[in-house]
Amino acid sequence: MSNFLTTSIGRKFLMSITGLFLMMFIIVHLGINMLLIFDDSGDLFNQGAHFMATNPAIKIMEPVLALGFLVHIIWSLVVTIQNMKARPIGYKQLNNSKSSTWASRNMFILGSLIFVFLVMHIIQFFWKIKITGDPLLAHVMVGGEEMENTYALVAGLFKESLIYSLIYVVGGVLLGLHLAHGFWSAFQTIGFANTIWLKRLQFVGTIFAIIIAIGFSVIPLYFQIKF
Amino acid sequence: MEKTINLTLKVWRQNGPKEKGRFETYQVSNISTDSSFLEMMDILNEQLVNENKEPIAFDHDCREGICGMCSLYINGRPHGPDQEITTCQLHMRKFKDGETITIEPWRAAAFPVIKDLIVDRTAFDKIISAGGYVSVNTGGVPDANAIPIARPAAEEAMDAAACIGCGACVAACKNSSAMLFVSAKVSQLALLPQGKIEAKRRAKAMISTMDELGFGGCTNTGACEVECPKSISISHISRLNREYLKARFSE
Repeated sequence: MSNFLTTSIGRKFLMSITGLFLMMFIIVHLGINMLLIFDDSGDLFNQGAHFMATNPAIKIMEPVLALGFLVHIIWSLVVTIQNMKARPIGYKQLNNSKSSTWASRNMFILGSLIFVFLVMHIIQFFWKIKITGDPLLAHVMVGGEEMENTYALVAGLFKESLIYSLIYVVGGVLLGLHLAHGFWSAFQTIGFANTIWLKRLQFVGTIFAIIIAIGFSVIPLYFQIKF
Repeated sequence: MEKTINLTLKVWRQNGPKEKGRFETYQVSNISTDSSFLEMMDILNEQLVNENKEPIAFDHDCREGICGMCSLYINGRPHGPDQEITTCQLHMRKFKDGETITIEPWRAAAFPVIKDLIVDRTAFDKIISAGGYVSVNTGGVPDANAIPIARPAAEEAMDAAACIGCGACVAACKNSSAMLFVSAKVSQLALLPQGKIEAKRRAKAMISTMDELGFGGCTNTGACEVECPKSISISHISRLNREYLKARFSE
């Protein structure tokens, strides 16, 4: 297994498996977040958030998830630099929209924008919940159990700030575009594709990307429109 | 009905591998829309020779779309604005009267320019010599059905074998990756019993040579498949990934 991860396929393999892992996280994340719009008292979301914060399995997965993010982000830099080196002199005239999708050619740009969003997102929620705390997070009683009022923090931001709500919509759309290519591409890279499955994966990938983009965009819009 | 068009050509000129290149502009007139792109280049070169100028160097050989020798990146696309063709099969009817056409060589670190529009594609030969063959002497034509091969496998191997090694996949790829070429060469053997014996060694050797030669990695944009004159499918790339990963994980 010497230097496997530095070969062209090895590099891509790492991007692929971390990408697939992050996709699983994003499904769970969207699932919990959907609780925000199904119960305006916030109890349902608070219970969901409390479960995620206290569940031992999630506690173990948290550092693994952080590692997944780090590897995916750092390795994307390595992959991109290596690929740029392969063409030292570029073309004067490019007409590549005829042969590939915009998202597939701009995965690094999309990923970088999502990274910027991710940093902002962590500062706004994860950091406050886990480290600094926030007056909005004052404990509430739900179903006889005391827990942090995560709902107040999240719903508060979306109700108050139109700008942040719109940024979160943009974040959802960027993630959708990234996944529109990333989903099937991940399977292609690990070798799980042939002529038939390629089409199936591309179809499922498109549906998945649309669900993720709409799912995450709907939440801030819901609070903006309803409150 | 013959129609003629006048064109402005912006052509990459470079005297040698180490020289600095530049674009030069030429005018050609009364080009028949029935002529091929390479015939138009011949007319331009004739014109340059008559003016006592150096003709433009470009690759060509069979001129019937089977040898893979002609290249040219025309108006931002390898082999120009048409599907499933090589440059020699590109007709001038695909261009409008008065149009400006930009002609560039393949651009890749692994394909250095030799002169003008000619690039050195021996990198592909090096990848083939790393493992794109079977080591045993297979003898004459075997009896039919002596070695049973499923029809889908035979068909897919044949589709992969259609690769003419022109390099359009590398030219089209934003990463100058040779994955479509390598995947076709690995697939045509990996699908058949004669090639299976050396499958692991082949996948590893060809990929490591590809990496050493400075080709980029695959990001699955799919541009290669669209620009390939023989429509080699990117499903072969998935097979190559599979073959390579199997070989590495069984070490």
